[in-house]
Amino acid sequence: MVHWSAEEKQLITSIWGRLNVEQCGAEALARLLIVYPWTQRFFDNFGNLSSPTAIVGNPKVRAHGKKVLTSFGEAIKNLDNLKGTYSKLSELHCEKLHVDPENFRLLGDILVIVLAAHFAKDFSPACQATWQKLVGVVAHALAHKYH
Amino acid sequence: MVLSAADKSNVKAAFGKIGGQVDEYGAETLERMFATYPQTKTYFPHFDLGKGSAQIKGHGKKVAAALVEAANHIDDIAGALSKLSDLHAQKLRVDPVNFKLLGQCFLVVVASHNPSLLTPEVHASLDKFLCAVGTVLTAKYR
Repeated sequence: MVHWSAEEKQLITSIWGRLNVEQCGAEALARLLIVYPWTQRFFDNFGNLSSPTAIVGNPKVRAHGKKVLTSFGEAIKNLDNLKGTYSKLSELHCEKLHVDPENFRLLGDILVIVLAAHFAKDFSPACQATWQKLVGVVAHALAHKYH
Repeated sequence: MVLSAADKSNVKAAFGKIGGQVDEYGAETLERMFATYPQTKTYFPHFDLGKGSAQIKGHGKKVAAALVEAANHIDDIAGALSKLSDLHAQKLRVDPVNFKLLGQCFLVVVASHNPSLLTPEVHASLDKFLCAVGTVLTAKYR
């Protein structure tokens, strides 16, 4: 089980409390699809992903980005039981969605960059370290049920 | 992975905008890397890694200078960084996985200092550029 210090929990909740989940989620997913275009392979039914502008403006990307980041909120409420929290989602990503867990790591890195852009000086090295740890642990939990 | 004309232009413009702050960016990149990925500290047992360390500032400047050099010779990064590539292969032997970690931290520094600079397109180009630099620096490892 992952240990979270009081400082880490504070750094997580203070950022989360000031986050616009819809906006950041949409931005993170859009950047994933733009920076690592091969990730578009999972989104054939999303319509127009032909350019960065199209991706950023795509309503399905925005909606799905919001969905993904909203799920992060669940992780933050259950930091002491991430594997349990993500058990069903992990099975889904393996059995139905067939997503290589490497993609979770890529999205996590992108999310950290989006947070840095939004929080600027407030996104201190300690803050980055905590959030990189969080996205890494979430990625691990999402991969946990893979077989 | 190939840098397109647009990538090259984005990278050059980005470093142009960063300008003289690049030294500071280099130092902060290292600071963030050591904080976020403690295993990277194993390559610097001889350094004072405390906050404000002069050695980190100095080394950050070196790292930044190498990135600027690569950006200025973006059509031939391998040529521009050939000596550095030899150094990493023969002496430093930093495990290849660590270049990604440095790259991630550099992007975080750019994002936190200059969010308007890091549009999705520039983000993609810089990420590719940093990958290319890492590839060059590890190219002669074996």
